[in-house]
Amino acid sequence: MRVLLRNPSREVEIDGPMSVVKLLQMFEVQRESVLVIREGTLVPGDALLNHSDTVEIRPVISGGSE
Amino acid sequence: MKCKVCRGPAIIDIRRHNANFCTDHFIRYCHEQVARSIKEFDMCTPGERMLVAVSGGKDSLAVWDILHTMGYEVDGLYVGLGIGDYSEGSGGYVSRFANERGLKLITIDLRDEYGYDVPTAAAVTKRVPCSACGLSKRHLFDAAAVEGGYDAVVTGHNLDDEAAVLYGNVLRWQSAYLGRQRPVLAARNGFPRKIKPLVRLGEREMAAYCVLRGIDYQVEECPMATGNKHLQFKEVLNAQEATSPGAKAAFYFGFLREAVDRFDSDPDDDSLGVCERCGSPASGEVCSFCRLIERTDGAEPVPVRFPTSKKSKKPNTPRSTASAANASDDGETT
Repeated sequence: MRVLLRNPSREVEIDGPMSVVKLLQMFEVQRESVLVIREGTLVPGDALLNHSDTVEIRPVISGGSE
Repeated sequence: MKCKVCRGPAIIDIRRHNANFCTDHFIRYCHEQVARSIKEFDMCTPGERMLVAVSGGKDSLAVWDILHTMGYEVDGLYVGLGIGDYSEGSGGYVSRFANERGLKLITIDLRDEYGYDVPTAAAVTKRVPCSACGLSKRHLFDAAAVEGGYDAVVTGHNLDDEAAVLYGNVLRWQSAYLGRQRPVLAARNGFPRKIKPLVRLGEREMAAYCVLRGIDYQVEECPMATGNKHLQFKEVLNAQEATSPGAKAAFYFGFLREAVDRFDSDPDDDSLGVCERCGSPASGEVCSFCRLIERTDGAEPVPVRFPTSKKSKKPNTPRSTASAANASDDGETT
């Protein structure tokens, strides 16, 4: 499975299948602070990701001083 | 996971509402939350002309899309901050968004029009980059709205933003700022009305909205904002939210309900005059923006620095449980 990460942008290959929850545990990120995106749409937390999938773990926290 | 409305497959859960939504009902939920904020806080009315302060990030593009879809007349203003590839990329997202929808976009470039950029201003003033950035944007958005005859400036501040700012202001009891932390600031003394229609929506919801509406936005964090206090406050509140869903909304809306009226929303009104150079509101003879132009005049441009905070490295690469780790950096950051 190809996993796209951000800040900085990079790609990682991991073995699947795997649940979204397990994937986020592996990368040590809180589910509330990211979206998991596959083929242009969101993947819910209870979904199973396939070995052939390409997924993005996109952080949602942003902001300057404003 | 099923949609709360139609019982079809859900794609997102919103824990503070104990609700899951499919794509269509999530989009509808976002529009309803904005409509509710506009009505509850008397933000604007149909027929008014509004100017959205757009950065290329998820929030400003989402609020522009939502208001436009709801039938409001909203133009965009983008300020080129000169933060290397980051600014160039951000400007590209904004112009594509506007072009695809046939929306009017005004662009101001700090370096071209005022002779400085944010990295240079930060170096000259010896203050954090967010200071010069915020000062420049506030001045230019206000001035453009007044000169363009707009009824209000729209910003994409969401619930997470407002809760984090409130947290920071309460920590140090910044009473002057607390009084101004309202979803609507009325026009006064040469300043335009300012509205924040996204205050009922969290930033995860705004990122989800953009993905589901096919809105491309600047995902990378500003390289100059990394590790700033605003982001630290968000981390603190997110940790609280993880164990107590709804904590951020209760904090912010509780403040609006119980406390904001105890603080003066216009504490400096009596001392405000007019800048002798640009005519904008000013607390002295020359406004802060014109003083910044003066201070940066002739300064050598300063290159953008890479972030050095450990915070910027999250999310981490997998640990030993992952196989065949094959990371590559596409060089997105500046």
